[in-house]
Order: sequence, then structure tokens, then C-alpha cells
Amino acid sequence: MTAVVALVGALINLSGPGHFLSWHFIQISVANLVVICLMVVVFVAAILLPLPSRKHRHDR
Amino acid sequence: MTVSPPVTEADGHDDAPEPIHPEDAGQWTAKLRATAVEAFPPARILPDRQPAYVASALYVFGVLTMAALSIVILTGLVLAVMGPTWWHVSSTGLFVNSLHLWSVEAFFFFMVIHLWGKFFMAAWRGRRRLTWVTGVVSFLVSVGAAFTGYLSQQNFDSQWISTQAKDGINSTGAGAVFNVLNFGQMLMWHIVLLPLVVVAIVGIHLLMVRRRGVVPPFAPEAAPAPAGDTPVGSEAPVAATTAGEAS
Amino acid sequence: MSGDGATVRIRPFKRDRDVEEWHGRYVPYDLAKEFVVAFLVVAVLVLLLAVVFSSPDEKPVTVKAWSTNLPVDFAQTAITELDGTSPTATYGPPYNPGSTSQSIGPLSLERIAGVHHPIDTAETDVLGPLRTLPDQPAVQQAVAEWDAASPATQAAWTAAYEKAVTNATYSDGQLHVPTGDYGPVGTMIGGLTAMARSGALDGALLSTGQFYGTDYTKPLLFIADGNYLSGLATSQHLGGDQWGMMNETGNYPGQAWLWLYTTFYQVRPFTTSANADFQVWSIMMFLSLLLLLVPFIPGLRSIPRWTRIYRVIWRRHYRELAASGSA
Repeated sequence: MTAVVALVGALINLSGPGHFLSWHFIQISVANLVVICLMVVVFVAAILLPLPSRKHRHDR
Repeated sequence: MTVSPPVTEADGHDDAPEPIHPEDAGQWTAKLRATAVEAFPPARILPDRQPAYVASALYVFGVLTMAALSIVILTGLVLAVMGPTWWHVSSTGLFVNSLHLWSVEAFFFFMVIHLWGKFFMAAWRGRRRLTWVTGVVSFLVSVGAAFTGYLSQQNFDSQWISTQAKDGINSTGAGAVFNVLNFGQMLMWHIVLLPLVVVAIVGIHLLMVRRRGVVPPFAPEAAPAPAGDTPVGSEAPVAATTAGEAS
Repeated sequence: MSGDGATVRIRPFKRDRDVEEWHGRYVPYDLAKEFVVAFLVVAVLVLLLAVVFSSPDEKPVTVKAWSTNLPVDFAQTAITELDGTSPTATYGPPYNPGSTSQSIGPLSLERIAGVHHPIDTAETDVLGPLRTLPDQPAVQQAVAEWDAASPATQAAWTAAYEKAVTNATYSDGQLHVPTGDYGPVGTMIGGLTAMARSGALDGALLSTGQFYGTDYTKPLLFIADGNYLSGLATSQHLGGDQWGMMNETGNYPGQAWLWLYTTFYQVRPFTTSANADFQVWSIMMFLSLLLLLVPFIPGLRSIPRWTRIYRVIWRRHYRELAASGSA
């Protein structure tokens, strides 16, 4: 396990200098913006999509 | 109180719920059991059917939040087994810490989407206000639990967060007791006090969801609101089990 | 059925508060399987994220690192701890009974709570640690001279030193401060700087009389009074006026759920208010209370119906209703 962990460690290194975006008085990190946009996308998708296996469900 | 027909097993034992003998009805134990069984019969705690309107993918975000919380707790337990310094000196420890961090991110991700969904469904309708209230309290306490987690890191991040946060907390007077610069105190809040509170409130929240059932949709806009005497909300039907449709 | 046995209350039906309970169709729904599947999905997701991104762990700042990298800044901070003008020394409750404490109007919860973590910065950060160096006679003599002097003399020394140290330099293992009448203060601060650079001051600040410690209040307040920690934080966009409350070190996602809390610190009047912390906290408590009480607040609880997003969420239900012709 330790060998595997040491090998994979971090495939993408997020420890370098951060990237930030500015718009008027708003400053946001790219990471946070990605998370927030993902939340909105997932929320909209969840509203539009049916429950998994919903269409295979038959009523009793 | 409903009593199902007794099921006699091979060894002759009767597994039916024991009815309360009249002479015991005044007992605290008897009263507690009667209240609990009446509010939460097994078929309401773990129903195998849901109303047909539970059809959107938005409904899975509550259980996703719970799943993430379970992983937060499990990974936290592993970190507790090895102590607070482990993740700084071991690559396995760092990996478990990463699992703990990302499960927390997933927990808030799913919980906020769950909150948005429940808001736009107006899920407090029909005597479900306590369900909403316990949900919001869970959110707020979780923010506090995550905060004490960040304070317990024993690295640069926790140094900065604690020296900054102290100003906000001191301004409320709470800094007299809740000292964010005191690692030992913050760690104990993080691994003992706040997890107990979060689990207790989430537990009550889940019981409320089961008790009232999933909120029905708004009536179609063309339909007038019910006039006159209107009973406001009820218990979630119990009869909707394998036997058939709810009355 | 009315499960709790209470009588049914009669009151006008309000669409945003009440609902007609469901008497329609039920369909099979496996809750236990749903939880197991959700658990596995989230576990795999978290595993992938941990393998791909790991987690940040930036080494903590020590007094040693601070005084080694910024010796003049260290000395400048140390003199303000000695003369009681540092941010910690003038903080007010809970650290000392200073006059600065945050309030809204006449209400100061900070002052009401009082001093519960008393810190005398001169003794804690300067004099106390110096007294633990018995093998340095020059330093001990300086401390003795300081102790014997009157408050007025001490104030004159520190005021002069504080002015001069802004032009100090560090070389050949020593702090070089322009000449002046500082009494023993030059030796004391010089000795303290050397102690800090050796690493001994970190230990002295933490132990202060006990072997086992988990309370880092004293070293953290001292470090935070200087510019080393804040400089590193600013370079990582963690500063209060950089939306720092939401951010994490490096490129990691931080605490996006604190977005509204930190927004207030970016706008007037809070950017310049001396009571910003108490003001913003109060606003956030009020807004949290509003969120908690949405079901009880007319108008606010009508937003779901007005925005009509529910029509998309429950569109299959409404289609079935329309098809069956029932209302």
C-alpha cells in the first residue's frame, strides 16, 4: 500500500502558486470557481434528469 | 397500536411486538415504547415504496450527503487511530488525510445542492418545518465542524486561519471560552463534540423525513387552493408497503 | 390518520406553508440499496480525487524562520511587545483590558465577556524568555537594568529604539541599530533576536512553565504581530481583503460555502470599519436565522412557487395529472 501511495502521491500537483480571477471587486480562485460552476451544472442536470432506473420501474 | 399476527418460530418463540399490559401502562418504559412505535413503526422507518412523484435525480442528494458524511467519519476514525501528527510524517497518513479532505468537499458539495433542491421544492410545507430547520442547523454546525478541522491541521494553513478567525470570534465575546489558538481545545471540539452534535442533528433530520414523508408537489396552478376546513399536514402513510397502494 | 392523536387544526390553506397530503400512486423504492450505491459512488469519487490531487500541507511558520528571514521585522515587532504598542498588547479582551474592543452602538460583547486569556506581552514575549538564558551575563544585566528603571525611563528607551530600529540592518550574526540612547533595550532585543534565530524562543514561548502544552496562543499571537506570516498569507491570496476566507493554499479548492461571509469584508463600510468583525458576524447570524426561519416568513417562503423551478422538477407528475384529467 505504501509503495502504491508513494508512487501515485499527487498525479496533478496543486501545491504551486494559485491562479486567481478578478472582476470588479470580486476575486476568486480558479479552483473555487470550478467547484461552484460544477455545483450549478450538477444542480441543473439533476433537475432535468430522472432518477436512475426510474424508467425501468414498473408500478404495482 | 397495531399488532401484527404472531410469527411462531421453530423454537416456539413469539416474535410479535409485545402488547403493553394494562397494569404496566403507567410505566415510563411502556409509555416511551408506545410513543416510539406509534411515531416510527418499522414500515415508516424503512419504507419500501415512495410516492410516484419522487422521480427526479434531485432526490438523491440527501443520501449522497449522508454517504459523504459516513466517509468523512470513517477517514476521521483512521486519522484518530494514528494521532494528529501522522499525516505530516507518513505518505499513507497524507493519503488518508486527502480522503478526509475530499470527502468533506464532497459532503458540502452534495449538501448545498440538496439545500437548493429542498428550497425550490418548498419542502417545509405540510408540517415539515422542523425537517427544514434541522437541515439548516446541520449545515451551520457542519461549517463549524469543518472550521475546527482546518484549525487542527498543525501547519501554516491552521496558523493563518486561527490568527485571522480569532478576531471574528473574539468580537462576539465567544473568544473568552472558544480559543481558536488552542490546538488541544480545537482538536477535541473537532473529533468529539461537534461530530456528536452533527450526527445527532442529522439523525433527528432523517427521522423527521421518515415521519412526514417526502413533500408532495404544489397543486397544479389551475387548481384552486382547498377552501374551508383544511387539516394541515399529517403523518407519512404507513400502509404503503408491499401490500399495495396507500389509502 | 393523525398519528400523534392531536386534533386537526382548522386554518386557511396557504400554498407556501401547507400541502394536500398524497393519496395517489406509490412505486417501489429500495432505500437500503440506494444508500449502498451512493456510498460506493462517493467512495470511488473521493478515492480518485485523493489519488489525483492529494492534499496541501504547508509547513508551519516558526519564530526561528521569521527571525532568520526577516530579522529587522522581528526586532520591530519585539520592541512593540515590550512597550505595549503591538496589536496583541492593545487588543483588549480577551487578552488584556485595553480600551479597544469591537462594538455596535453601546453593545460590546467582547467587553462583557472580559479578559480570560491574560497576556502581558512584555513579560511573555521579551522579558520572560530572556530570563531563561542564565549563561548570558550581558543579557541578564540588561534585564536587571530594565527592571530597576522607572516606567518613564523605560518608555523613553523604547520610544527611541522603536524609531531607530526601522533603519536597522542585520549582518555578521548581529542586529545593527543606529546609535542612540536606548539603555539596555538594544542588548535585550539583540539578545532576543539571537535567541529566536537559534530556535530557543519557539520552545520558551510554548512551554511557559509546563512540560506538556497544546495551547499555542502565545507564540501564535507574537508571530501574527509581525509581517512574516501575513506576507506569506498575502502571497497565497489568503488575506481578509483578498477573499482569503474562502481560499486554500496553492490551487486547492477552499471553503466556497463561506462566500457570503467573506463578501462583506470586501465592501464598504466594512473595509474601513474598526468594528467590522462584530458587524459582519452579526449580519451573518441574522441571515442564518433568516435561512432557518424561511418556512415561517411570508414572501421568502413564496420564492419557490414564484420561480417555478418546481414545474421542471415535478414535470412528470404534472404530465400524469394532466393525462388522467384529475386536478
